[in-house]
Amino acid sequence: MALLNFDTVHNPRKAYTSLALLLVVMLAFPFFAQNFGNSWVRIADLALLYIMLALGLNVVVGFAGLLDLGYIAFYALGAYLTGLLASPQFAVLVESLINLHPGTGEALAAVLGDDIRTNGIHLSVWFIVPLAALLAGVFGAILGAPTLKLRGDYLAIVTLGFGEIIRIFMNNLNDPINITNGPQGINLIDPIKVFGVDLAGAAGSGAMVQVGSFSLPSVNAYYFLFLLLTIATIFMTSRLQHSRLGRAWVAIREDEIAAKAMGINTRNVKLLAFSMGASFGGVAGAMFAAFQGFVSPESFSLTESIAVLAMVVLGGIGHIPGVVLGGALLAALPEVLRHVVEPLQQQLFGQILIEAEVLRQLLYGLAMVLIMLTRPAGLWPSPKHEDRPDADSDTKEQSSGVVPA
Amino acid sequence: MDTFIQQIINGLVLGSMYALVALGYTMVYGVLNLINFAHGDVLMIGAMIGLTILNILGAHFPEMAGGLQLLIAIVGAIPCCMIVNVLIERIAYRRLRNAPRLAPLITAIGMSILLQTFAMMIWGRNPLPFPQLLSTEPIAVGGAVISITQVLLLALAALSMGGLVLLVEKTKMGRAMRAVAENPRVAGLMGVDSNRVIVYTFAIGAALAAVAGVMWGANYASIQFAMGTIPGLKAFCAAVLGGIGNIYGAMIGGIVLGIIESLGAGYIGDFTGGFLGSHYQDIFAFIVLILVLTVRPSGIMGERVADRA
Repeated sequence: MALLNFDTVHNPRKAYTSLALLLVVMLAFPFFAQNFGNSWVRIADLALLYIMLALGLNVVVGFAGLLDLGYIAFYALGAYLTGLLASPQFAVLVESLINLHPGTGEALAAVLGDDIRTNGIHLSVWFIVPLAALLAGVFGAILGAPTLKLRGDYLAIVTLGFGEIIRIFMNNLNDPINITNGPQGINLIDPIKVFGVDLAGAAGSGAMVQVGSFSLPSVNAYYFLFLLLTIATIFMTSRLQHSRLGRAWVAIREDEIAAKAMGINTRNVKLLAFSMGASFGGVAGAMFAAFQGFVSPESFSLTESIAVLAMVVLGGIGHIPGVVLGGALLAALPEVLRHVVEPLQQQLFGQILIEAEVLRQLLYGLAMVLIMLTRPAGLWPSPKHEDRPDADSDTKEQSSGVVPA
Repeated sequence: MDTFIQQIINGLVLGSMYALVALGYTMVYGVLNLINFAHGDVLMIGAMIGLTILNILGAHFPEMAGGLQLLIAIVGAIPCCMIVNVLIERIAYRRLRNAPRLAPLITAIGMSILLQTFAMMIWGRNPLPFPQLLSTEPIAVGGAVISITQVLLLALAALSMGGLVLLVEKTKMGRAMRAVAENPRVAGLMGVDSNRVIVYTFAIGAALAAVAGVMWGANYASIQFAMGTIPGLKAFCAAVLGGIGNIYGAMIGGIVLGIIESLGAGYIGDFTGGFLGSHYQDIFAFIVLILVLTVRPSGIMGERVADRA
């Protein structure tokens, strides 16, 4: 990684040059990739969403050292909120409410207007995004509150349980009041509009988006939007890392008792870590729902939480460029496997011996074990020791043997 | 009242399986202060190997009595699970014994994924039917019913737990395990080979998980590569409920959790006026876990404190 340098403090010129170079490559990517069909740009769209998620999880795991295995729950919250507020689903909700509690249901319908009974709510996504961030943030704090005393393994299990609880609710909240539509999921979610331009493309345009006299495929339009959001997330998390709050997180991660002794309000700071990390997940979830037009509980399983964690771990816990690298590698991996390895096996052996999905799981598992055994700080660890969570002062007997610089 | 007795019986059956798995978590936690995240998947491997043995027996010895076949399946699954769990320790935990805590936790998750993937490659991704060898004729017990499989399950669980207690309390290896759990350094000074103790701990935990796995299959009649995750998590909750690191705690915690869960599933509809139904059964374990960790982190029996983790 010597070619690219992102250390803006010590080597600003090189860092800004590499950033500009990267930006140009990223901007040019869809124009190049669309020649090979829309599927590659679509893969990049999803990869960007995963990178956003990984960056959000990195705030919790990397900066504050709180291992969160239920992170996908916040993604789910954002996605389901969008599903409820930007699709006909709300009409179903009102109808089932009227069937169960006619009084409450009629009152709700009266307050929100009669239109709601047939069409549901169709809020603009830009109104939903802050709501999603807020909702996920609140849930992040709710999850954080009972776990404040816990660390490491216990925290991992509790957060995992929380993620499962959310998924169980999404799966079952279709009866007696149909909120989530159960295992079928919510369909017909409105696409995103930017300045009145529909990013899914106008009706009958064949998913082409018209901006002035310029037209581009819908997936490319989403690509630029997600790229912008990812850059914003990178900017925000890197500012957070070097803020007072970010330093407080590191202090807690490295030695909670010492941090407390130095006057850091560990409770609030931890809750903020959960809450802020979660809100990034909520925004990514809202984007995912609008992009797919469909949400179902299947997209938010434990495997997904683990996949996002694997991205953070593989890239380099606590190091933003590393996390982006990990996210890009692991998000693109299954698609590349599907497009390359399956046809390759077909050609070599005349049949598919190992399916792409199985191979993906295998590589995820292997990556997690091998990275921890050989490069515990990830593929691209932070050059600065203080950003790397490899000291552990909880258990003096089990210190990592690393002498602090 | 009949529902109540029925739910208690169901809870006991479920709880004894949780207890068997929870023992594996708690013993490993006792000696290593580490949660073996892959333990639930050892249960799955046990169930899968049990199924394979049953299929072979069914093909070659169709006349053999069902109960005997089941016992052979369990006896066959035990060594396989022991090997798997000892390998997990060797590959993923041993080299990281002095690393920061995050590292073994992540390799544990990695091993869990790997085990599931291997199972998917060997046995496929679809649910497999588990042969019903024992009579499914329900036996009436004071208004409630219980099946032969469930009676056998309770008996086997009681037998395995009794054996474990004898092993830990009466044998030299048991004393060494208790010593390492108490203080690994001092145990080492007294001539205890901690590596050997740890390997035995993993092997014994795996044997119990194998019993639970085969019986799980026999009880629910269907197994799948991902089946280990949720029972594993719940068993961990049970271990925490009982007081992690304490084997009696794991047994009590498992039974109590099983009963809470089936009572909860039976009565949640009445409590919430029909708003939440019995398909919310899975959330009780996690609610219990969160409550225990906030109110009494040391659990029912334990003295260990959660924030030492």
